[in-house]
Amino acid sequence: MSDVILEMRNITKTFPGVKALDNVTFSVKQGEIHALVGENGAGKSTLMKVLSGVYPYGSYEGEIYFEGKECRFQDIHHSEELGLVIIHQELALIPFLSITENMFLGNEQATNGVIDWNEAISKTKELLDRVGLHESPNTLITNMGVGKQQLVEIAKALAKKVKLLILDEPTASLNDNDSEKLLELLLQFKSHGISSILISHKLGEVKKVADSITILRDGATIETLDARKENISENRIIRGMVGRDITHRFPPRESKIGEVIFEVRDWNAYHPLHADRKVSNNVNINVRKGEVVGIAGLMGAGRTELAMSIFGRSYGIRISGTAYRYGKEVDISTIDKAISNGIAYATEDRKAYGLVLIQEIKSNITLANLEEISDGGVINEPKELTVTREYRDKLNIKCSSIRQLALNLSGGNQQKVVLSKWLFANPDILILDEPTRGIDVGAKYEIYTIINRLASEGKGIIFISSELPEILGICDRIYVMRDGKIVGEMPASEASQEIVMNHIMLEEEVVEP
Amino acid sequence: MSAMTTDTTTDSGAMKTLTTLFRNNIREYGMLIALIAVMVFFQWQTGGILFRPVNITNLVLQNSYVITMALGMLLIIVSGWIDLSVGSVVAVVGALAGVLIVRYDVNWVLTLVICLLVGAAIGAFQGFWVAYVKIPAFIVTLAGMLIFRGLTIALLAGESVGPFPVGFQKISSGFIPDFFNFPGFHLTTILIGIVLSIVLIFLDLRARRNQQKYGFEVTPFYFFVAKNILITGAVMGLCYLMASYKGLPNVLVLLFVLITGFAFITSQSVVGRRIYAMGGNEKAAKLSGVNTSRLLFYTFVNMGVLAALAGIIVAARLNSSTPNAGDGMELDVIAACFIGGASASGGIGTVIGALVGAFLIGVLNNGMSILGVGIDWQKVVKGLVLLAAVFFDVYNKNKSA
Repeated sequence: MSDVILEMRNITKTFPGVKALDNVTFSVKQGEIHALVGENGAGKSTLMKVLSGVYPYGSYEGEIYFEGKECRFQDIHHSEELGLVIIHQELALIPFLSITENMFLGNEQATNGVIDWNEAISKTKELLDRVGLHESPNTLITNMGVGKQQLVEIAKALAKKVKLLILDEPTASLNDNDSEKLLELLLQFKSHGISSILISHKLGEVKKVADSITILRDGATIETLDARKENISENRIIRGMVGRDITHRFPPRESKIGEVIFEVRDWNAYHPLHADRKVSNNVNINVRKGEVVGIAGLMGAGRTELAMSIFGRSYGIRISGTAYRYGKEVDISTIDKAISNGIAYATEDRKAYGLVLIQEIKSNITLANLEEISDGGVINEPKELTVTREYRDKLNIKCSSIRQLALNLSGGNQQKVVLSKWLFANPDILILDEPTRGIDVGAKYEIYTIINRLASEGKGIIFISSELPEILGICDRIYVMRDGKIVGEMPASEASQEIVMNHIMLEEEVVEP
Repeated sequence: MSAMTTDTTTDSGAMKTLTTLFRNNIREYGMLIALIAVMVFFQWQTGGILFRPVNITNLVLQNSYVITMALGMLLIIVSGWIDLSVGSVVAVVGALAGVLIVRYDVNWVLTLVICLLVGAAIGAFQGFWVAYVKIPAFIVTLAGMLIFRGLTIALLAGESVGPFPVGFQKISSGFIPDFFNFPGFHLTTILIGIVLSIVLIFLDLRARRNQQKYGFEVTPFYFFVAKNILITGAVMGLCYLMASYKGLPNVLVLLFVLITGFAFITSQSVVGRRIYAMGGNEKAAKLSGVNTSRLLFYTFVNMGVLAALAGIIVAARLNSSTPNAGDGMELDVIAACFIGGASASGGIGTVIGALVGAFLIGVLNNGMSILGVGIDWQKVVKGLVLLAAVFFDVYNKNKSA
């Protein structure tokens, strides 16, 4: 076993109410590229955070051995000292500093606090050569493309004398050419004896470079495949990722689907900062009365961007397209107009965008429809208390009082407050963006029940989720999104995890039903 | 205020209600106690001068502009921003009034209207940059501070302009008329006090009935009685003191109207609720359909009008427009809000808190002046009080977290 550089044994990590990792075992051999795959929420990032010390020793169960020695990392510096460097999906470079300044941030080439810039610049040049990036060390990060920034991150890892490089979705935001270069680089490192862990959703590239593939599902290791011995197909990996069993996690519902109540046609939107990046590309979707429509896709596929651009143009620029409600074209160009046209959008990030955390539950619930509880601009507080208590009881919000601050609620109850807010605004069309993210199984079931009830009341629901079982479990119809485009549409009765995953993952266009 | 409505589901028992009430409002009660302690201290140290009717009247007049502006500043701070320019706006509006009335002989009532409109325009100018161009208010109003101070000096050509007609002066230095001519005693003031007390008791009673109508548990009756006796006592006590001097100052009546109005807006109105939501989480408020840019714009317009009003009061009180009127006043106004418990990160703060903060600063200024403490040490003491008050906040927050 001397060729094993890293071994993680029986790792279990729990968050309040959720078991993120359940007895995971994972080992990486010296000088290999080991791919770690799994659905969103399978526990890949959590496992890597345990490994790098973001979650310090003591906050999880299990043991980590690196180069044969047990490690108890207290923080990320501790793991980096041993040559274990993680490069996150969101790059951690400071945009208005130069490459050199970023390269040695926290690791400055200094004596007695005085930086030796000549030393720093010449070392930077050397490192940039190693990763094949031909840029002046004085270039500011903000003036470089994402692909080059990624290379700077890797050079930075080399500066720390990396032995095991962990890359979390390194190619997610790169074009094909840059991705290719990055993969070449990993192979080159491998020949120099540097091992890598590659987390990726792009199975094509996993197949290309990985020596071993470990599949995680629902916080547990499913299997480790040896890609050097056998030729593993992408379908084989997908089967491992989604599993076969769907348990009864969803309340039953009888769909009574009516006419189309909401539709967008030829919807286009561009990224607010990168003006040439299309985040929604000719999207056509509709939702019918009493219908739950799912939008499946990976993070970054453009689902949230689509939803927010529809909801009063709250995201994106140069938005074009038309929206119809009950067949009539409607103006939803501001959030106010969208709400008064019966649209509600419950955000995926409830803390940052959904709640005023320092305010009481009741103020949060009534915020989107203050007219309802006021006369001539004056709030009728007893009425406000009465209606908010109704929602507390109807959605079963567990709180000590309706005047409790939203801050002090659990994730599931916060989500119910967000839902209450939108239900009180009385919409016909509810866009729910990851409504069950980060909440426990019991609360998830309650949210599904609420969604079912809303559908049976005749509302149209657009349900965005990264968890496929959930989409399959509660939707009537499913759209699949990739790179801002709708790449598939199917009734849930004809869908399976494999079929949806194929649409999501496979680069080649799938024939639409 | 709204804290009187308690939640039937959990809070039961009179004692528990009172404890919750106190715990939830520890900040405001704490500052109120501090204010009373400071007042008692100076009353004792000055040998009873502090509470003399003439000094109380002075105290109100001296602090009227700080209080006026603190009301607008509170909304700005609750929105999550700051306005550094108010001292300069006071000066420029005062200068404008001086130039119009003294040099151009414009009627003083018309001047008053023009000045308030100019204040609104100044607020709109600054609000535009903050709300629509998204330049941080600190920078915009720092620029405004320089611009309006400069314009003041330009308008006045570096000299003081005065005096003003009597009508204009009366805005600040006048008293409400007495209809009874009772020698040595202003009977109208007492009558106003009585009417006011009755109205306050009536309103409180009605709110209580309304709560009972919706089936909410209300605070115990003895608490209700005690509260109203206390409030009535304070109102009548103040009126008695005023009546034994020259009656209610015009400014006090104006302040009363403003304070009541803003207390109402912040606690009962839709606009107020939206301002607090915007300050608490701008993105969430926006995604809930609140037009945050427009709201912030009007918050600055409101500040401009109140600063203009303060400018008029200052000019009328000094009976001249001077180039350095209102110098440093923005700091007293901002300090009043923070002492009163407003949060620098927005979303938190009350009118009553800001009022208590303004009075605390005012009493400190007044008391120390009577005692002959120099301006140097006055500043040191005020700085320490500000720091201590905010420390009290942070300490409480950490303890409860």
